[in-house]
Amino acid sequence: MSEIVLKDLRHSYVPAPKDDADWALKQVDVRWSDGGAYALLGPSGCGKTTLLNIISGLLTPTEGQVFFGTRDVTHEPPEQRNIAQVFQFPVVYDTMTVYDNLAFPLRNRGVPAADVDAQVRQIAEMLDLEDGLFKRAAGLTADGKQKISLGRGLVRSDVNVIMFDEPLTVIDPHLKWQLRSKLKELHHEVGSTMIYVTHDQTEALTFADQVVVMYEGTVVQIGTPVELFERPKHTFVGHFIGSPGMNVLPCQLEGGVPQVGGQPVPLGNGPVEAPAGARLELGVRPEFVTFADEGLPVQVVKVSDAGRHSIVETRLAGNRVMLLVREGESLPSESARLSFDPAHTQVYADGWMIA
Amino acid sequence: MSLELKSVSKRVGAETHIHATDLTLKDDGFNILLGTTLSGKTTLMQLMAGLERPTSGEIWFDGKNVTRVPTQKRNVSMVHQQFINYPNLSVFENIASPLKVAGVARDEIAKRVDRVAELLKLGPLLKRRPGALSGGQQQRTALARALVKDADLILLDEPLANLDFKLREELRDELPRLFADRSCTVVYATTEPSEALLLGGHTATLHEGRITQFGETGKIYRHPADLLSAKVFSDPPINTAEVVKAGDRFSLSQEVSWPAGPKLAGLADGPYTVGIRPHHILPSPNDTARIPIRGKVLVTELSGSESVIHFAMGKATWVSQSHGIHAFEIGAEAELFMDAERFFYFGADESLVAA
Repeated sequence: MSEIVLKDLRHSYVPAPKDDADWALKQVDVRWSDGGAYALLGPSGCGKTTLLNIISGLLTPTEGQVFFGTRDVTHEPPEQRNIAQVFQFPVVYDTMTVYDNLAFPLRNRGVPAADVDAQVRQIAEMLDLEDGLFKRAAGLTADGKQKISLGRGLVRSDVNVIMFDEPLTVIDPHLKWQLRSKLKELHHEVGSTMIYVTHDQTEALTFADQVVVMYEGTVVQIGTPVELFERPKHTFVGHFIGSPGMNVLPCQLEGGVPQVGGQPVPLGNGPVEAPAGARLELGVRPEFVTFADEGLPVQVVKVSDAGRHSIVETRLAGNRVMLLVREGESLPSESARLSFDPAHTQVYADGWMIA
Repeated sequence: MSLELKSVSKRVGAETHIHATDLTLKDDGFNILLGTTLSGKTTLMQLMAGLERPTSGEIWFDGKNVTRVPTQKRNVSMVHQQFINYPNLSVFENIASPLKVAGVARDEIAKRVDRVAELLKLGPLLKRRPGALSGGQQQRTALARALVKDADLILLDEPLANLDFKLREELRDELPRLFADRSCTVVYATTEPSEALLLGGHTATLHEGRITQFGETGKIYRHPADLLSAKVFSDPPINTAEVVKAGDRFSLSQEVSWPAGPKLAGLADGPYTVGIRPHHILPSPNDTARIPIRGKVLVTELSGSESVIHFAMGKATWVSQSHGIHAFEIGAEAELFMDAERFFYFGADESLVAA
C-alpha cells in the first residue's frame, strides 16, 4: 500500500497533438494518500477512463509521471503494479465455485493454500457469500456475480490500490443501496486505497472522502462531498453535482452587488469585484432557495413530486430557477417571491467562482 | 385511446412469467411499470405490443380486441434500454425509416422528421451516422423514430438506463413534455422509484409477474395497498418492523413505543407490520418526528446535500435519510427520531390497514 501521485499528466490518442482538442487529458495533478476512499466523477468522455487506464498501466501517458509512493511506475506494465480492479460487468468464471473464484487472484500469485483459505473465508464473510461458497457461480444473479467480482478485487491484502470502474451500473436500485453501503463498510475494515470511477454523483459522493471532478480532460475541482456541494468552484461542478443541479443565472454587478433581472441579490460576503469583460453568473443550489414574503418575483411553472420533497420550477426574468420544498410544506400556485441563502450564493466569472 | 388487458397471462413451459392481469391504461400522462429486473415489465410490454401472444386473456385497444392482431398492424412504437439504430443510415434516415415503410410521401417525411428532430435537439446532427453520436444523442435518435410515426401506443422500456446520470435527468424532464399534446398511450418501464415519482402519471408496481397496485403515482406512493407494493415503491428500501398494539399504544420494543392517535384508535389490538420510509427517520427531532430510537451506526453516506445513516437496532438494519449533513461516528450509538404520523401499518395478510 502506498500514496499515489499523478504528476503533470497529459495524454493524447493523436500521434502529434497540436491544439487543446487533441488532448484526452489536458492536465492532471493529483495526490492520493494511503488508505483513502476516492472517486473520479465526470460525464462520458471527460477522461476518467483514460486516467484509470494510466494508473493501472494499460496506457502510458503522453506526458507526466505516475508514482506509487516514491516509485515511478509510469512505464511499468499492469502486472508489476500490484493493483486490483473491478469492472462494470461481473468478471466471474461460471464453471468455478464461488470459493475458487475468490481464491483465483491469490492462487494466481502463488499464495500458500492455508493463507488462501483464510483470506477467502474472511472476504466471503464480509460479503455474506458464505452460504453458497461451494456452489458454482453459474447459477447466480447479476448482483450475486458482481459481489464475487468485488470480492475478487478485495481479496488480496497487499495491493497498492483497488480500482472500481462503474461497478454498480448493472445493479438494480434496491441492491445498489446494499452493495454501496457494503463497499463503504469494507473500506472501513480493509483500509486499502480505493478509487471509484463513475458518472453517478450519488455513488461518488456517498462512497468517497474526496472526489475528483473531471470535465473535458481537466480536473475542475477536488474536494469533499460537502465542499463540492456547498462551494462549487466552477459552474460545471454546480450543475453536475446535485439533482437538480445548481441554478446558474446571468447577472451584472452594481456597486459590488450582483443583480438578476434588475433585482439585487445580497451575498454573505462584501462587495464583489469582477475582471473587466468577464461573463458573470450567479449560482445557487435548489436546496438554498426558499419561498419568502419578500424577494425576487417569480412565476411557478411546474411542480414535480419527488416523494420526500417537491422540485419546483420557477421563472425569474426569463431564467429557470429550481427549488426544493419539503414534503408536507405548502406551495404557492402562480406568482411568488424567492429568497436565496446569502451564505450559499456564489458569483462566477467565465465559469469560475470569484465570490 | 385506451389499452386494456383482460385477464392476460403468459406462461413459458412450466414457468409463469405473467399471472392473470387486468389493467386499463390511461391516455393522459405516462403509465409507469415499476419493478426490479425480471419482475415482468418487458414481458408485459411485449404482450402489449403484440410481440408475444398471451397464454390466456385478451388485449383490447381503442374498443377493439387486438389479441390476435400482429404488431405490424397495431401502430405501436417501442424504445429499448439498449438504443437501437441502423448504423449505416444517417440520423435523418434512421428517424424517417418507419415513415418510409408506411409509404409516406417524401416531402411529408422531411417535414415530420425536421419537426421531431427539433423537439429532440437533433437538428444539427441529421446528416451524421449514429456511430458519430454520444449515447444520449443515439437514444434521442431512437426516441425520435418512435415519435415520428404518430403511434397509438408507445412503449418505452427503461429508455434512460444506459445514459449518464445528468443526461438521464435532462431527458426525464423532457419526455413528458414531448408526449403532452399527443393522443397516444405511453407506457414506461423503470426499476427506479425516484424516476416513477418524477415522471408522474400513473404507476403499476410489479413483483414476480404480478401487478400489486395501479393508480396515480403520487397516491400509490403515499398509500401503498400492501407491504409488497410499499417495498417495490421505495428507494432506499423501506424500513419494516413487527409492532404490537395494546390499548392506546403501539410498541416496537420495550424501549420504543408511541401513542395510537385518533386515526388508529379503531384498530384491533395485536401484531402489525409497520413500514417506515427512510426519510421519516431523522437525526434531529422536529414537529412530527418525535419518537426517539437508538441504534449502532454501521455506515454513513454523506453526499453533501443529504445524509444516509445505516444503523442496527435489535437484529435489523435500519436506514435514515435526511437533508443536510449529519455526521456520526461508525460504531457509535446514535439517537434518531421517527415520524409516527407517516407510518404505514400492515395487517397479518400484509395489506394496508392504516396510513
